[in-house]
Amino acid sequence: MTEHGSIIYLEGVTVDYDGFKALNNLNFIVNHRELRVVIGPNGAGKTTLLDVISGKTKPAAGRVIFGKDQDLMGLREYEITQLGIGRKFQAPSIYGNLSVWENLDLSLSRPSKGVFATLRGRSTPAEREEIDRTLETIGLKEQVYKRAGSLSHGQKQWLEIGMVILQDPELLLVDEPVAGMTDEETEQTGRLLESLVEKHAIIVIEHDMEFVRQIARIVTVLHEGTVICEGTVEKVQADDRVREIYLGRQKVAHV
Amino acid sequence: MFWIVGFVLLFVLPILNVLPADDSWLHVSDFALNRFGKFLAFAILALGLDLIWGYAGILSLGQGVFFGIGAYCMGMHLMLTIGSQSVYGSALPDFMVWNQVTELPFFWKPLYSFSAAVLAGLLAPACFALIFGFLAFRSRIRGVYFAIITQALALMAWLVFNRNETNLGGTNGLTDFKTLLGFRLSAPGTQLALYVITVLCLGGAYATCRWIIASRAGRVLIAIRDSEQRVLFSGYSPATYKLFVFVVSAVLAGLAGILYVPQVGIITPAQMGVLPSLEMVVWVAVGGRATLVGAIVGAVGVNLGRSILTNSFPELWPFFLGGLFVVVVLLFPDGIMGIARQIRVKLAERAVRLPKTQAVEEE
Repeated sequence: MTEHGSIIYLEGVTVDYDGFKALNNLNFIVNHRELRVVIGPNGAGKTTLLDVISGKTKPAAGRVIFGKDQDLMGLREYEITQLGIGRKFQAPSIYGNLSVWENLDLSLSRPSKGVFATLRGRSTPAEREEIDRTLETIGLKEQVYKRAGSLSHGQKQWLEIGMVILQDPELLLVDEPVAGMTDEETEQTGRLLESLVEKHAIIVIEHDMEFVRQIARIVTVLHEGTVICEGTVEKVQADDRVREIYLGRQKVAHV
Repeated sequence: MFWIVGFVLLFVLPILNVLPADDSWLHVSDFALNRFGKFLAFAILALGLDLIWGYAGILSLGQGVFFGIGAYCMGMHLMLTIGSQSVYGSALPDFMVWNQVTELPFFWKPLYSFSAAVLAGLLAPACFALIFGFLAFRSRIRGVYFAIITQALALMAWLVFNRNETNLGGTNGLTDFKTLLGFRLSAPGTQLALYVITVLCLGGAYATCRWIIASRAGRVLIAIRDSEQRVLFSGYSPATYKLFVFVVSAVLAGLAGILYVPQVGIITPAQMGVLPSLEMVVWVAVGGRATLVGAIVGAVGVNLGRSILTNSFPELWPFFLGGLFVVVVLLFPDGIMGIARQIRVKLAERAVRLPKTQAVEEE
């Protein structure tokens, strides 16, 4: 893994919440067109990792480099989004009072998202086609004029995935995409993510080990804000420290 | 609908004012028309408040300040045009003579010009909103905190305008206006013209707000209300959009103030403080948020109710207004427009049901 081949490169990143180190001197690299799964017990720093990459949290120390040499430190969330990093939140985060179409239309990647461009802007046929294609992918064609707030939980999750896809990001950050989904929806989501890897790099945070096995090529295990193991699912599951973290917790739970 | 209402306001009412004899039941009195002109000026302000509160979900309790700034700009111009016809016969406004001010303060001087006064009445609220909004939205002050600091702003403005040292007429404000662009303000023709201008401005304001709401930017405003975080991660800067809509609402409030002053003939700090600013919020809530039409209906309706009630039971008005707000918030969160929509839905349902029941009876 060279620095130049990476889509995102974190070096020595520390996030300090009043003495609690959510990330502790973390090094983390993901390559182009890679689907990376990040696992770890609660409080390991998984969501904080996504917060740092997407600009929601400013690290106390370290470097965050996007693509070849784009420094993300000090940029605001919307600037990072426009550079090409999309984020899907754990709880569905959509615009409940807008229609499915309007949700997608707002998310679509456009050269300018400033007030005056947006006041005058009208969707071009090409853009409409792209939204139509995405509607097909996320299976919400029937619901296109429905108020997004009235969708089911699973449909909301898919709508948000669709919104992130339309941003056409080079890197997708996905936080527990299958939480609250049925088995069938989970499998569909897995297939969707795998099809997306052809064009985008994806970082997925997940708890559901079955789902991890379905999609993962390389897994990163976080614990107390640092990477303790990285590799294939088999390698990670065979790792002593990983077992210790998970089994140790179970022991505590049994006591 | 827009054109019908526009036609009634712009042609029918003025014609009923001018043509029928004074004792005819069709006659709209000068007084009534003038009153209505004032309400329509308030409606312009309400449109701006609906943009920022109804659509973007940002409750501003300081709209009275922008209204007041606009009104004072026009009021100062009208004071200056009085010239030496004033009580003391000085070229200075009476209250300055009274306060032993010997020279016109520098910020009064440009307002000799009518166009400068109008421009100042629109731009001063805009600049003020721009600076205040920039600081507030950049620091991500939102929700109830924004409401509180805008309320503090209203209190602050009230205090500043009340002081004699600011040379704005103190508690008594600005009044005794004589002419506007050479026309006597007491002449019915002048008031009729002001009324027509107000209707045209309201039409323009409504069309502008509609245009904003119909654009993608309008949907960004609703999106900010729904999920500001998602807006950030959709690549928009919510702070910029909020600032934009705050400035637009301030300009509309300033315009309302400009139109208010020559029609009402007085502006005092009491019209721009905490209480009037709160009342403006009630207008929009009563009419129905995020509909634009509701803002106009609410502003005209509440003020009409006020002028009827204060004639018969002057001391009851505050209770009535408070009660109205409570009832609307608890029972009709979508205001008059919401009730109208429910009635329409009910009627449509009945229209669908009726043929069916008839069919059953025929069997």
